[in-house]
Amino acid sequence: MAARPFVLEGPVWPIVGALGTFLSDVDTDQIYHNARLAVTDVDEMGQYAFGNLAGWEDFPKKVKPGDILAVGGNFGAGSSRQHAVDCFRALGVAGVVGASFGSIYKRNAINAGWPLLECPRLVDLGLSPGDVLKMNLEKGEVANVTKGKAVPARPFSRVQLDIYFAGDLFAYGAKFGG
Amino acid sequence: MATIVEKIIAAHSADDVYAGATVWLELDVRAARDFGGASVVKNFEKHYPGQKVADAAKTFFTFDCVVPAKDIPYANNQQLCREFAARQGVKVFDVDAGIGSHVLMEEGLARPGRTVVNTDSHMNIVGAIGCLGQGMGDVDVAFAFRAGRTWLEVPPSVKVVLNGKFKWPTTAKDLALALLRGFGSSRLLGKAVELYGPAAERLSLEERITVASMATEMGAVGIIIPPTEEVLEWCGGAAGAEVEGVYADEDASYEATYELDVDGLEPLVACPPSPANVKSASEVAGREIGSAFFGSCTNGRLEDFRAAARVMSGRPVADGAVAYAVPATRRVYGAMLAEGLAAELFAAGFVVSNAGCGGCAQGQIGMTAEGEVQVSTSNRNFPGKQGAGETYLCSPATAAASALMGSVTDPREVA
Repeated sequence: MAARPFVLEGPVWPIVGALGTFLSDVDTDQIYHNARLAVTDVDEMGQYAFGNLAGWEDFPKKVKPGDILAVGGNFGAGSSRQHAVDCFRALGVAGVVGASFGSIYKRNAINAGWPLLECPRLVDLGLSPGDVLKMNLEKGEVANVTKGKAVPARPFSRVQLDIYFAGDLFAYGAKFGG
Repeated sequence: MATIVEKIIAAHSADDVYAGATVWLELDVRAARDFGGASVVKNFEKHYPGQKVADAAKTFFTFDCVVPAKDIPYANNQQLCREFAARQGVKVFDVDAGIGSHVLMEEGLARPGRTVVNTDSHMNIVGAIGCLGQGMGDVDVAFAFRAGRTWLEVPPSVKVVLNGKFKWPTTAKDLALALLRGFGSSRLLGKAVELYGPAAERLSLEERITVASMATEMGAVGIIIPPTEEVLEWCGGAAGAEVEGVYADEDASYEATYELDVDGLEPLVACPPSPANVKSASEVAGREIGSAFFGSCTNGRLEDFRAAARVMSGRPVADGAVAYAVPATRRVYGAMLAEGLAAELFAAGFVVSNAGCGGCAQGQIGMTAEGEVQVSTSNRNFPGKQGAGETYLCSPATAAASALMGSVTDPREVA
């Protein structure tokens, strides 16, 4: 795999409700409904992303590769399904920043080598849809390039970096001798 | 200045260990059960074709969910695991063995201070003997098979001090339910909980298993109980070697300390739809039951069946109700046969089954029908978990009192 960047930059999709504020506690059934769990091919999962989240059902049609998600607290609560991470990877979403994440969701994102930054002060960036967002994985910083604001995030741990640079957990595992 | 979990992790990692740090953790035991095991095998073979597990002697299958297999898909999944195991030289604890987490303790594989993973969300039950267990999904376990390690975020530790003494027929299960009542399902989210105080020190091995088994329902990474001499002796016997406990430093720092007085603790019942919905048995008393389930990783030990028999004291299960007894392991089953306990429960009208998880994975025994009310000594009562009916979680004593009367009954009324 080609070297992966420390810094990602792309247009942002703030996942907000009708009032324009971040949705919190979005669970894995809202992200990827259990009716679609039989799907095992990652490429097929993209079309179902947010298929059960009111107001966001058409997200897969609108998002473009390289876009970045910005989400509220406890994103990805609930079940352990990997689909809830893989559906965004299938769409080419570059990564996700959020106030906090469900612990298994976070584990699954890290295992998939999909950039995830925890950023408690995300709301201070005043993100509007399409603002250019910059994720600095190593330094732990999230910036709204469009509006010239930046807030700290929890930097990638060495483990996260190991898995990220290998590609995913399995690719990392393949590097072990045996 | 480290807590128990920090010390265990530090002994298995080259990384700096502090609460919140993400570290690589060497695993002493990597296991998969029949539930999830087939996916572990498929992941392994897809991503590591032709390769070997990191250490076959530390890798195991523990069949316990659907034992013996109830249908052909499950039989095929178990066979897939057996064939993989044979190719890799990995040991299988097959459908006769019982609940994997318990078998690993009985075999001396899970020991104080060791690290264990399995595709079992209650693998943290080994906190009962001061061992660090982590349940995980099939991707994580396939990786652990190959790499011999996993990554882990070091959990913050909290201390719970248990004072006082509870009195029969109040038991350790009621203590576990009292903790759930106090902490709910999320206040301990992501924490490692250590138990101290006289009421914790007095807990027998079986009682420790019961309390530690419900950490998952509290959202905790685990409940780890510092082992007493008696516990170390049992573990040493199982391991065929001397084992040492891992204990916190005197100046270990905890995120929080809580105290609970167990004097006067009453028999408790967790009502549908969640394990944290705890009421006193006397409040729920009178609810008619269709069945009573005795077993699971929470209450499937010899002491638990003795408690049930003690309450029954030769009396039969009420007309209109059925009772199921499922020993946690083959060894427990053998002991029940040897001391006449199986015959005693059989004579009272119980279905006495082979060892395994019982109804929790909807596999083995005791599925409830729509509208059926079941008292159960297991650990989860979410809708659909143990069938279509309503599950009330309680101790073996309360379940036996209820089986005896045909309705939810405070065991103090009949014991």
